[in-house]
Amino acid sequence: MPTGLPQVQQTAIYVYQAPLRVWHWVNALAITVLAVTGYLIANPLPSVPGEASDSYLMGYIRFAHFVAAYVFAIGFVFRLYWAAVGNRYARQLFALPFWRASFWRELVHELRWYAFLETEPKKYVGHNPLAHLFMVVIITVGGLVMIATGFALYSEQTGLGSWQDQAFGWVIPLVGQSQDVRMWHHWGMWIIVVFVMLHVYAAIREDIMSRQSLISTMLSGWRMFKDDRP
Amino acid sequence: MPTPDTFYEVIRRQGISRRSFLKFCSLTASALGLGPAFAGQIAEAMETKPRIPVLWLHGLECTCCSESFIRSSHPLVSDVILSMVSLDYNDLIMAAAGHQAEAILEEIRREHKGRYLLAVEGNPPLGQDGMSCIIAGRPFLEQLRETAADCQAVVAWGSCASWGCVQAARPNPTQATPIDQVIRDKPVIKVPGCPPIAEVMTGVLTYMLTFERIPPLDRQGRPSMFYGQRIHDKCYRRPHFDAGQFVESWDDEGARRGYCLYKMGCKGPTTYNACSTVRWNNGVSFPIQSGHGCIGCSEKDFWDKDGFYQHVTDTHVFGIEANADRTGLAVAGGVGAAITAHAAASAVKRSQQKNKQGDDQP
Ligand code: HEM
Ligand code: HEM
Ligand code: SF4
Ligand code: SF4
Repeated sequence: MPTGLPQVQQTAIYVYQAPLRVWHWVNALAITVLAVTGYLIANPLPSVPGEASDSYLMGYIRFAHFVAAYVFAIGFVFRLYWAAVGNRYARQLFALPFWRASFWRELVHELRWYAFLETEPKKYVGHNPLAHLFMVVIITVGGLVMIATGFALYSEQTGLGSWQDQAFGWVIPLVGQSQDVRMWHHWGMWIIVVFVMLHVYAAIREDIMSRQSLISTMLSGWRMFKDDRP
Repeated sequence: MPTPDTFYEVIRRQGISRRSFLKFCSLTASALGLGPAFAGQIAEAMETKPRIPVLWLHGLECTCCSESFIRSSHPLVSDVILSMVSLDYNDLIMAAAGHQAEAILEEIRREHKGRYLLAVEGNPPLGQDGMSCIIAGRPFLEQLRETAADCQAVVAWGSCASWGCVQAARPNPTQATPIDQVIRDKPVIKVPGCPPIAEVMTGVLTYMLTFERIPPLDRQGRPSMFYGQRIHDKCYRRPHFDAGQFVESWDDEGARRGYCLYKMGCKGPTTYNACSTVRWNNGVSFPIQSGHGCIGCSEKDFWDKDGFYQHVTDTHVFGIEANADRTGLAVAGGVGAAITAHAAASAVKRSQQKNKQGDDQP
């Protein structure tokens, strides 16, 4: 029926299952809390007046950091489990198909798309190769580094012989000394902050500019394609 | 040299009364964090066990370890311990000199093979064939290797012997190297600090001499009874840290009120040592108590951590020096600007394409 309107058929695929979506938003919240409280641990707020026994500001900030840290770490373990039992897109975060020539070709294509050298991006059911690469390097590898250095620092307060010490205490001499662990943990925060900035921008931009949905996909799980071309 | 049979005999020969000796035993038991029952055990060990000789070598160092050691808070402690070690070889305080002194080393090595303790203050430089530290006409490295070959265990005094300290600081021209990287076939007990606290030094020695075993060590080879916790864990200013009350500059109200020195770069949170419990100079004070942050002198390479007065210190990698916060903020700002520019360019491109699409529509 010719209507004079452009005819576009939209296909939808169920990509991100509910547990993965819940993990995404819980994890995003945990990281936000970790970055803000972490920054304030390193650069505390101006001094609180009055008796020391009247306030516990630094204590609460650190407490928030540690609560978020446990959420982040347990979430990470859960996400690993979900990669094992979830659908194929749940495995992307822990597997980078670097051995495939198509991955690198598509990565270059995606880079050219961001550099305005391609008129159109390709369609992806899962992550696009650029996003995929960043997520694996920064969330999976970076997340592990933050957990290892974070729990190593945590073991300093739980003490010799605590499980944190037994599991992560070796990180301290490996890196050098406690101050080095802190500084790498601190650098890690900035790397993740920059990732989040790019990630959120890319999610919004691609939601508008690409040929597929993104933000709603992370909310509903369904990937909508805006056209039917390959 | 006639070697007396037990520590007790040596001590009595030095004119120390039995009463003082027993006092020493209980003082030491409490310094080691052992119960009162252990005082008797220490006394018995010292009365009955054959004396273990101690050789005390000096490599590249400033002698602050020895200076600290002979100022053990309780005169009794220093007397007893000194009589325990000075008999043998300690080129700073022994009576012998020259060839006579070097002969003692030979003798102990021969007669107490596998039994004596080797205490090392300072470290050997490996560069220029060890020429940067010559003892009795030969590189210290040789003396160290030879005496270590027949010892029971090595005690690495101070940050020099434990980690390298100032002479190993970047760029370490003489290649000063910590003991445990040179002597690999003997247990090395690290007693770091610049210098270590006197009571910690005497405590470690007494433990080893009386119990004839190595004290429990942490992962990095430090006796955990003294290095198991950070300064920050036992600091009396900790309530101010938890409350969020900090000295913001050296002459502010917070400094007068004794607030936490974290913002002034206190390294208490990253330093394992006993200063906040044992304190210095007969328990009189320690750096934080006198208003200055801890500089982390018992931590590995503390000279190279850039900044005794800032918490977020600079990081050196591949010859580049960078501060996490300054770099991080600059990069985040740059990326923010790039995102804005990219978003603007994207919007322009999109509107161009839209217009084109509009033109293409019938
Ligand atoms: C994305 C994850 C994380 C970020 C962005 C983050 C950020 C930070 C930052 C910036 C600091 C201050 C470091 C400094 O003193 O310069 C810090 C401290 C710390 N973080 Fe994290 N962190 C993260 C994850 C974790 C995890 C998983 C743990 C594990 C328990 C953890 C435990 C700690 C501890 C114990 C401290 C030291 C607190 C203190 O001594 O007062 N962090 N964090
Ligand atoms: C701290 C903040 C955030 C972190 C650490 C983060 C991390 C991640 C990670 C690791 C994934 C991969 C999911 C997986 O494969 O399991 C992902 C996907 C995604 N995130 Fe985030 N995220 C954050 C915030 C956001 C925000 C604020 C948005 C929305 C504006 C967003 C939108 C998306 C979208 C749309 C995807 C799916 C991408 C695709 O379809 O290929 N994220 N994110
Ligand atoms: S360890 Fe450091 S502290 Fe001891 S003698 Fe050496 S310079 Fe002095
Ligand atoms: S003064 Fe130093 S050691 Fe004491 S609480 Fe503050 S940061 Fe910790």
